[in-house]
Amino acid sequence: MRNIWTIAKREFDLYFVSPVAYTIAFLFLFIVGLIFVINIGSLSVSQFGFASAPDIRIVTGPMAFLLLLTTPAITMRLVADEVRMGTMELLLTGPVRDFELIAGKWLGSFLFVLTLIAFSLIFPILMNRLVSPGIDQMHMLSAYLGVILLAAAFLGLGVGISAIFSNQIAAFFSTLVVFIILWWLVGAPANILPIGGEIFRYFDMSAHFYDSFNSGILSLGGVVYYLSLTALGLFLGTISIEIRRWR
Amino acid sequence: MIQVSGLTKFYGARRAIDQLNFETHPGEIVGFLGPNGAGKTTTMRILTGYMPASSGVATVAGYDVMKESLEVRKRVGYLPETVPLYTDMTVFGYLKFMADLRHMPNITNAVEEALEKVGLLERAGGYISNLSKGMRQRVGLAQALLHKPEVLILDEPTIGLDPAQIIEVRNIIREVGKERTVLLSTHILTEAQQICDRVLIINKGKIVVEDTTNNLQSNLAGGQQAQLIIRGEAAQLAPSLQKVPGVREVKLTAADSLQFSYESKQDPRPQVARAVLAANFDLLEMRLISLSLEDIFLELTREDAPKEAE
Ligand SMILES: Nc1ncnc2c1ncn2[C@@H]1O[C@H](COP(=O)(O)OP(=O)(O)OP(=O)(O)O)[C@@H](O)[C@H]1O
Ligand SMILES: [Mg+2]
Repeated sequence: MRNIWTIAKREFDLYFVSPVAYTIAFLFLFIVGLIFVINIGSLSVSQFGFASAPDIRIVTGPMAFLLLLTTPAITMRLVADEVRMGTMELLLTGPVRDFELIAGKWLGSFLFVLTLIAFSLIFPILMNRLVSPGIDQMHMLSAYLGVILLAAAFLGLGVGISAIFSNQIAAFFSTLVVFIILWWLVGAPANILPIGGEIFRYFDMSAHFYDSFNSGILSLGGVVYYLSLTALGLFLGTISIEIRRWR
Repeated sequence: MIQVSGLTKFYGARRAIDQLNFETHPGEIVGFLGPNGAGKTTTMRILTGYMPASSGVATVAGYDVMKESLEVRKRVGYLPETVPLYTDMTVFGYLKFMADLRHMPNITNAVEEALEKVGLLERAGGYISNLSKGMRQRVGLAQALLHKPEVLILDEPTIGLDPAQIIEVRNIIREVGKERTVLLSTHILTEAQQICDRVLIINKGKIVVEDTTNNLQSNLAGGQQAQLIIRGEAAQLAPSLQKVPGVREVKLTAADSLQFSYESKQDPRPQVARAVLAANFDLLEMRLISLSLEDIFLELTREDAPKEAE
């Protein structure tokens, strides 16, 4: 457990000296902010009552999508860099379990993304001032919980996939492809098949987010689903490290 | 401290090491000497738990390197061939990170002590990316020494260092080797002779020579062997050769030939030649047969050269 923290802390500290991390953080917050401003602006123009009052979804919706795009870039270097610097040999011959290595990498990147998510709280706070009765607090908590769970799952899968590759570009694109499948493609049969489509919907990453957390509905199934995906990613990563030794 | 028996490793179909057997004792510095591709790194990687062997058993500090890998890894300090460094960290930060992973108490003291030992204390706050290659090598060494491991495994610790630093690093290893077991690999024969108590010469995955440095040295400097071919019964000549000053041992190798060993300091070959004639034999041939360690080593390297090209 202590080793997980040691590795996570090194990883986390590194983000604050990494230009790539700053670029990702800037783009993430900038785009979320832009969409926020556009939404709020368009509402104030059409003054005829708030038929649909702005809710937290104008912040968390774009955030979910941006996480899908940015997390592969965050996780792609986690293992590849260790291989490039030769430090993989150090970690694999140090008193560190393979799982601790992977979990530490994941935790470090998760803390970084949590920092980004924390910064994004500026938007709900602003919104709370702009919208007259204030925003629905429970809805906000639910949507943010969804974003956090989503980030955990994306990063878990990302770390797992990145452990398979020693090359950043390969890790990035493979991760992105897996995300696209889980986000858009896996749920498609649910709309086509007359029966049995529900199974596919359960594996749809976006359905769990948009239909429940982002709509203010907490679902235990969703929590279990995202945590399972995270665990699956970490497991995959641990196995990949194990396989590396045998190569 | 390290015990290896029947250790074999295949990379795909290629056999990198083949049935290695050797052991090292506490407080011993053992040199692993061999040409490129001999299997030194492969052996060390198995001993440090980086990868499993294909067959055979190895124990380090009493623990099986495959079954109790984590216990082994706690007790070993390892300097890999390509020095593993986080170039984006400071020297201190890097060593502190390693010390944290090893759950060490008094980390600051331990890090400073290790840096002191490798003479890099004044660079502690600097980034590793700004260090020269030799300095990086020494940071790697500090990392291996950090937790005062029972066993040190150093893969070519002096490669890429300037002569002054080579001497420094050798001194550090000798110093550390007084209390701990050190296994180091090298291509350099003189290095092995200077710092090691014992040398294992490995070639094509097999140990070809294993001897203490003292013995090797005496074979090299003190002992030479020559072969004599005469016309007549060699057996009759042997006793008179034995009497020649400087000749150590005389051995019949065939009816008309014999070998003798002698101290190279007082080369008795002229006297031997006279003794042969004095005993009324014809001297047909006299030649040196013993190979020095250097010769053996060169031979191995030469044999290996065409193999590398395939
Ligand atoms: N990862 C690998 N995959 C395939 N073959 C390998 C691998 N590592 C080493 N080998 C092969 O195993 C053999 C032994 O290599 P090893 O690196 O152990 O030699 P070495 O004695 O350390 O050589 P050097 O003095 O050049 O460092 C070589 O034939 C090498 O080609
Ligand atoms: Mg090597």
